[in-house]
Amino acid sequence: MISYLVFAGTIAGFYALLSLGLVMTWGQGGMVNLGLVGFVGLGAYASALLSAAGAPIWLDWSAAAVLSGAVGVALCFVVRNLRGDYLAIVTLGFAEILRLAETNEKWLTNGSDGISGIVAPLKGYFGDWFALFYLLLTWTLVAVAAFFLNWLLRSPFGRALRAVRDDEQVAAVAGKSVLRLKLQAFGLGAALSGLAGALYAHLTSFIAPDVFIVQLTIYIFLAVAAGGYTRLAGAVVGSIALVALLEVTRFVAAVIPGLDAVQVASLREFAIAVSLIVVMQLRPDGAFGLTNERSGFRGSRPIQDLGQRQKAVLDDAS
Amino acid sequence: MLTDVLQYLVNGLIVGALIALPALGLTLIFSVLGFVNFSIAAQLTAGAYAGWLANTLLHLPLIAVLICSFVVAGALGVVTDRIALAPIRRKSTSQTPLMVAIASIALNMALENAYRFYFGSGLNSFDMPIARDMKIGAVRIGRQQLHNLEIAIGLAVLLALFFSLTRIGKAMRAVADNVDLARLKGIEPVRLANLATFIGMGLAGIGGALLAIDTSVDPSTGSRLILLIFAGSVVGGLTSLPGAVVGALSMGMIGELGLLVLPPVYQSLTAFVAILVTLLARPGGIFSGATGVRR
Repeated sequence: MISYLVFAGTIAGFYALLSLGLVMTWGQGGMVNLGLVGFVGLGAYASALLSAAGAPIWLDWSAAAVLSGAVGVALCFVVRNLRGDYLAIVTLGFAEILRLAETNEKWLTNGSDGISGIVAPLKGYFGDWFALFYLLLTWTLVAVAAFFLNWLLRSPFGRALRAVRDDEQVAAVAGKSVLRLKLQAFGLGAALSGLAGALYAHLTSFIAPDVFIVQLTIYIFLAVAAGGYTRLAGAVVGSIALVALLEVTRFVAAVIPGLDAVQVASLREFAIAVSLIVVMQLRPDGAFGLTNERSGFRGSRPIQDLGQRQKAVLDDAS
Repeated sequence: MLTDVLQYLVNGLIVGALIALPALGLTLIFSVLGFVNFSIAAQLTAGAYAGWLANTLLHLPLIAVLICSFVVAGALGVVTDRIALAPIRRKSTSQTPLMVAIASIALNMALENAYRFYFGSGLNSFDMPIARDMKIGAVRIGRQQLHNLEIAIGLAVLLALFFSLTRIGKAMRAVADNVDLARLKGIEPVRLANLATFIGMGLAGIGGALLAIDTSVDPSTGSRLILLIFAGSVVGGLTSLPGAVVGALSMGMIGELGLLVLPPVYQSLTAFVAILVTLLARPGGIFSGATGVRR
């Protein structure tokens, strides 16, 4: 039971890192990254391959973060002018292409069989305590990432980034380099995803293209939406809630008699998807609500610009 | 070599014609409701399953099977849209289109897993007589595929007539063009939005059934095609119905021609590149500059 909880806690830390990255790009930077899982896969494969080549663990993980971050910056640069829903399509497609490459470039990735036997750091040294060590290591990384991002978002950089999110033109008029801020936010988010991927690879010691599918992206969107998608604290709490939901549905599905493994799995995925829809309907601002980052007062989301822009979606209000 | 190219082009045309139906649906929904509905993939699968059940359990003929697919996918599309997406649309901010799009991905995942729960992950084939391929010169065409091509083109023509001749069709175009003006003229946008969703999802359903007749249906049938469908729709401008047909047909042919240089597993790559190039060349879609098209 303890080892089970420790494992679930480590996975929660993995989700928390991803959620922090998504808060950075989406909540604070205003760019939706539906290709999140692609960057996770990139980091996981980079780290696993480097580690197999004999590189030390710190190098593997740094390389994973740097590679994912660099690819993120490059992708963001290419799509810098696309508006929200087009960005969603492109990033989604990007992750799908990466998954295709992971499946088919057998010389590098061993295809759909995946890579197994990825070496865990210091496993011989810690022995039985390894799982606990990894849990602490994961959450230390989460804490470092959260404090770093928190510092960053409170700094002038954070204010400029939110200005870009809320109105690019105004930010540009105020002398902010819109493109550079976007690249930094997207790259940071991608780098965190890559690091999380590396962490995951060395935790489970096995990765395959099937691990990095769009479902994982939806998980993280649920965690971030549940916690309030501009809030770092919300991302962490949302990730813990996500793992709790995943584990609860596992037990509930196991209690219902006569279900086979496929049905149990589909029931869980169904629950996650429905939860995301329900959260978006009932609490679009998340459990933590939103603080108006500009003034410090609690208020509505500053993006609301009714009357300034043509109403984009046909609604039922009138 | 030349016959190879010709064969690829014919194959591409057939794939493109099947993709054209869901691409039309996606475009119709986007232009009337103003958001990208990713759940069209799940409705395509719904149509395929409905057709499969109608064919294998009830032994209905092809046309009845397709009507079944249309109605089931359309009805499911409207019901799920009302339950899952409409409440999110109600709160109107500049972020709303994106929020609804994300919710529609979740809806897609929910539906896909519902199918997996009931039908399992296996492949289900239709019970259709297998006809011998026709040969025109050196080019081979399957009779069923030729039939699919005819049906797809016929439906596109029917849709074009509906939008240019009937009152409802014109009203729908008016809503797509400018909601406020349409409302001013006494057009009820919400009912039209439901109709657009019904027709759009129904078309995706027919596309799914035709596709499944050619191959088979499993819970992920639609999701595997989503990139190709989007490519057709985006290349065509995302708000233009003729554009969607042209886009889908050209995507089909480009994808097959890509096989000359790419291994078959990378067919989605051409779709992705096409989306990227189109959006980068014209960030608002090919027809973004045209008057009367909602941005």
